[in-house]
Amino acid sequence: MGIEKTTPSGQVLYTPAELMVTAAAREIHDGDVIFVGMRLPLLGFQLAKSTHAPNAVGVYELGIVRDTAAPEPILTMGDLPNLYRSQWLADTADVMGLLQQGLVDMSFIGGAQVDRFGNLNTSYIGPSGRPSTRLPGSGGACDLACLAKRHIIIMTHEKRRFVPKVDYITSPGYGDGPNWRKRIGLPRGGPARVITTLGVLRFDSQSREMVLASTHPGVSIADVLDSTGWPLLVASDIQETPVPTADELSTLRQFDPDGFWTG
Amino acid sequence: MPDSKQMTLTAAISRFVPDGASVAMGLAQEILIPFAAGHEIIRQNKKGLTLIGPISDILFDQIIGSGCVQKICAAWIGNVITGSAYNFRQAVENGEIRMEDHSNLTLATGLRAGAMGIPYMPTRSALGSDLFESNASLKRIICPFTGDTLTAVAAITPDVTVVHVQRADIFGNAHFWGNLGITREACLASKQIIITAEEIVSPEVISSDPNRVFTPGFRVSAVVHAPWGAHPSPAPGYYNRDHQAFVDYQQTSKTAVDYACWRSRWVDAVHGSDDYVKLMGKDRTNTLALTKGVYSEPVNYGY
Repeated sequence: MGIEKTTPSGQVLYTPAELMVTAAAREIHDGDVIFVGMRLPLLGFQLAKSTHAPNAVGVYELGIVRDTAAPEPILTMGDLPNLYRSQWLADTADVMGLLQQGLVDMSFIGGAQVDRFGNLNTSYIGPSGRPSTRLPGSGGACDLACLAKRHIIIMTHEKRRFVPKVDYITSPGYGDGPNWRKRIGLPRGGPARVITTLGVLRFDSQSREMVLASTHPGVSIADVLDSTGWPLLVASDIQETPVPTADELSTLRQFDPDGFWTG
Repeated sequence: MPDSKQMTLTAAISRFVPDGASVAMGLAQEILIPFAAGHEIIRQNKKGLTLIGPISDILFDQIIGSGCVQKICAAWIGNVITGSAYNFRQAVENGEIRMEDHSNLTLATGLRAGAMGIPYMPTRSALGSDLFESNASLKRIICPFTGDTLTAVAAITPDVTVVHVQRADIFGNAHFWGNLGITREACLASKQIIITAEEIVSPEVISSDPNRVFTPGFRVSAVVHAPWGAHPSPAPGYYNRDHQAFVDYQQTSKTAVDYACWRSRWVDAVHGSDDYVKLMGKDRTNTLALTKGVYSEPVNYGY
């Protein structure tokens, strides 16, 4: 893709997707068991494994557990390099069993629509009986949002996607606020971060409402507020999202050499 | 000696996939999707099918586009590397097909209940989601032991499950390697099983390693020799995923006219795997076919 690594003045250049993948990878702690999703999370896990989290374990819903990065670039979790010398090739129900037991530290999911409590919709825009738009559906996202110790949402930040109330809850966040998850029977978890094209958001520990924690370089708080469909809370200690290091970028580009996901 | 179950793909689909059948396919998600069998369903113009599967990549969209489907029982329908699939979207938005929305775990749980011969199985997933709104086979229950709220998933028992595998014998004994997805549950829960295979091998090859068998041969109805039968999805040990074919399908299925062109070229003009391999072309098959073997250590089954 010919992405320049630095400007003549030495500034590191990156694409928005590379910033998002790097932010996602940094949420993975060494030794974590991670339920890895499609698209950017696929790269985030590869990046974390190859940099700061060499002991992380990746669990994939189609029935794969890996404790090494796949040896060659992959576009789907079922690409053959992702099966090669994996720790376990198994049934979906078995890897989902690890999740259901509470053994998965973190998962990543994407969404089309999200609300202020982190409820995600990837199923229907409009009523489910006669939708204006049918989206692909849950896949494993609902399971990951229900059963991981925490999950991270990755999505495009636009007003039509950040809505006061989602049309359909595919993957539960904090429902209508404090104690909702416990009340409806979910054993644990909830969204920890939302990594978007504009910034990173977290959830208030009391109200469970989304709070803007950082903006990406070149993005203003006003940009984010304009792209959010409700009066978004802003953290008092709001920061700028750390940019990828040259080392992270060169590692990441080995896993996505043609920029299929991050170009 | 039992009778051979080997037959042509045409015969297997004609005999075991009647109009109105519920058909489970694409059970290992991204790998070994039975595209050849799905295309034969299209050629035979089946009607009123219910398709069951977790994430069948573009196969479900292809079958929906030919009007064969009245209901979808699945977790995700689209094109894994490009996103939404057009035929599926339009069919749901126009009210032409009914949805039973699952997550991967609720679908696995329903099939496992079917495989176990019980009416339902509980899971902790889906609570608080709206899957309950668009799937009547999910109900909230209270655990009689702990008092916890759980999701009961009604047993799913497909009329027929179609699986593409690496090798099978003519009696329905077969080897599958790679991630399994919900292949085992779906086969065990199903009334009929159709196996399409890259290679037909002697029964001794299969019985030399019974741990690699995913369902007992006596339950299998038909065995079909279908080399490249999972293309463009990958077949461990045989060929890699053809990413370009998935990107191309996204570009050539955006309208009814585009889809008709795709279908005419890749489905209607194909009569058997020889035609299909010819259509793929040498460059493509050479690029995708695995050239170097990486073999596991043998295990000792002696007594």
